[in-house]
Amino acid sequence: MKSSVITFPGSNCDRDMDVALKKFGFKNKMIWHDDAELPKSDLVVLPGGFSYGDYLRCGSMASKSKIMKSVLNFANSGGMVMGICNGFQILVETGLVPGVLLRNKYLEFICKNVFVKINNKHNTYFKNIDSEVLKFHIAHNEGNYFCTKDQLKEIEDNEQIAINYCDKDGKIEEQFNPNGSLKNIAGIFNKEKNVFGMMPHPERMIDTALSGEDGSLFFNNLINNLK
Amino acid sequence: MKISVIITLKKDVLDPQGKVIHQTLDGMGFNNVNEIRQGKYFEINTRESDPKKAQEQIEEMCKKLLANLVIENYKIIDAQ
Repeated sequence: MKSSVITFPGSNCDRDMDVALKKFGFKNKMIWHDDAELPKSDLVVLPGGFSYGDYLRCGSMASKSKIMKSVLNFANSGGMVMGICNGFQILVETGLVPGVLLRNKYLEFICKNVFVKINNKHNTYFKNIDSEVLKFHIAHNEGNYFCTKDQLKEIEDNEQIAINYCDKDGKIEEQFNPNGSLKNIAGIFNKEKNVFGMMPHPERMIDTALSGEDGSLFFNNLINNLK
Repeated sequence: MKISVIITLKKDVLDPQGKVIHQTLDGMGFNNVNEIRQGKYFEINTRESDPKKAQEQIEEMCKKLLANLVIENYKIIDAQ
């Protein structure tokens, strides 16, 4: 399985993602944002970080960069595109997934482990995964998911909500919402479920000595689903 | 030609920064403020000399980059 991780100026989780993808069997290539061509890939990842210093709005500049034309074409023809953290912010700015990510409700940069409940397993990202709740890491200042009432109805009707913030038992309540996100939303799909954006970092959960193993569960399952 | 643009948050969008500014003003003794909403202001100096064309171009810029229409409104002001 071939993957590509796009590096933007200010990306800082691109190498972590590279390490994670390789660990679980992907042949990964790092792609510079100013390249025009995307190599043949089974998965394209927009990594976390602070592309263009979060100027104007997080992800807004990166969403207009040269490589993104190829990424958009790839996504629109059914290619698997995953955005993590700043990558999720870039995805919403391209319009590939609906909504926006606002400043966290209590104006704090949040850096901690959270639990998320998988809301929809009928897709390549979570099909067959042997868990309902995953422990991931979040680190962001603008992760407060928001969309219009019409968009919310649409994403609920189309089962586009991928994961919600919850407690360790999978209870989705406001007290387990770290950043004020609408309906505790931590990640969403596009309508076709080939594009997926989430605030948590699975690539930070791939080593028992450093963190936890739920990222390993996620990546192992993902590569198996892609095969 | 210089054109200014103001970007404001839509009514239903939470503005925690505006809220904190409001609270701080309250604490400073400015206690007759009802609400504060924070926005953005741009001054665009364009080589386009036809005001109508310039206005149209700026409108495109607002829609495509300067504002995110899910949460923000834009207003073009002050063409000179």
